[in-house]
Amino acid sequence: MKQVLINYILHLADNAMILAQQNSAWCGHGPILEQDIAITNISLDILGQARNFYQYAAEIINGLKSSSTGGGLEGASEDSLAFFRDNREFKNCLLVEQENGDWGKTILRQFIFSNYQYLLYEKLQHSKDEQLAAIATKALKEVAYHLRWSSEWVIRLGDGTDESHQRMLNAVNELWQYVDELFMNADYETELLKENISVDVSSLKNKWLEKTESVFNEATLQIPQNVFAKIGGKQGIHTEKLGYILAEMQFMQRAYPGLVW
Amino acid sequence: MSDELNIEEKTIWKILETVMDPEVPVLSIIDLGIVRKIEKYDAVQKPPSGGLGVFITPTYTGCPAMDVINMNIRMVLLEHGYKNVEIKNVLSPAWTTDWMSEAGKQKLKAYGIAPPNPKQIVCTVDAFQEEEAIQCPHCNSYNTQLISRFGSTACKALYKCNDCHEPFDYFKCH
Repeated sequence: MKQVLINYILHLADNAMILAQQNSAWCGHGPILEQDIAITNISLDILGQARNFYQYAAEIINGLKSSSTGGGLEGASEDSLAFFRDNREFKNCLLVEQENGDWGKTILRQFIFSNYQYLLYEKLQHSKDEQLAAIATKALKEVAYHLRWSSEWVIRLGDGTDESHQRMLNAVNELWQYVDELFMNADYETELLKENISVDVSSLKNKWLEKTESVFNEATLQIPQNVFAKIGGKQGIHTEKLGYILAEMQFMQRAYPGLVW
Repeated sequence: MSDELNIEEKTIWKILETVMDPEVPVLSIIDLGIVRKIEKYDAVQKPPSGGLGVFITPTYTGCPAMDVINMNIRMVLLEHGYKNVEIKNVLSPAWTTDWMSEAGKQKLKAYGIAPPNPKQIVCTVDAFQEEEAIQCPHCNSYNTQLISRFGSTACKALYKCNDCHEPFDYFKCH
């Protein structure tokens, strides 16, 4: 039971961690200063979510260890969970590990994800697990800003110049295959549904589509139909991109374990 | 006994009023509503000599100022002789700009940052394309324009006044 809960928390944490890491690569490279600041601010918010989830997971892991082994093992921490787990242990969805690409692709990835995360946290607020509910309630207000910001940019670029419109079409083509995975329950989600701890992500899809449709209409974009869905991230089967992300993100702690600023 | 405790608690609140937000140095953590509760422990609750519990809540999930605030609380209490201080982060109920004191809002404005509007105006996701009327902290004009939803810190947005032409930060409602 506890292991299932840990898996679920790590899934929530990894989603946030990997997207934060990806967005942060825009620091100093944004198209204009204000938007450079915006995307890195969003990155910081999401990193905060990841920290809260990792801290909570570490607390549970350490609780388990001390009861079964007398606490002899080195404790888990937010850092050890972010920096010392391998590719296959990460449970983020495939969407967040996709390359930043151009500004349009980063914007669309953020919109797809924030739209999903807003609906997810809205329900997670009522989780039977009090800590998950508290983290979700807190983060929801921030995600509302992420969603508003990314919606506006999808419209601005989609309904912008020929060039920006074409780039948004490319982004839709590249990213849509990773949308369906967001709405497929992994085993840990299904298991925790019985306890009213997790959110049934399949129930979020209609509302997600509604919102996407209204934004896409204004952006003169269309939702692609019958796209073959790529899945597996939530079970630890990732695209090759995650390896590169982890190599960069984990290098310092792997090379110099315990290094602090 | 309880009176004595209350007096001490009041003193501690007063002390904490001197801890400023490192990113908005005119606001104390009390003005911001970051300190939620203070608990004085006796030796039975926290052996050997009791201590102090300070419960704080982050303004934003990823706010990098929290670590500094944490340390500053510890330092200022130590200066006043409180050695056993436990600082606890609480997430629930979630912080809101509604907790910012009126004095805090006035201080913000005097500092050149537009204080947060009352929350109900436009904090919902559905109202995402409505623009808030934000008052310029310099010339009080409402003829202002959003430059970016994200400003110099996570809690602020960037605006420009169309009358006095000054750019300014707006402390977002939250």
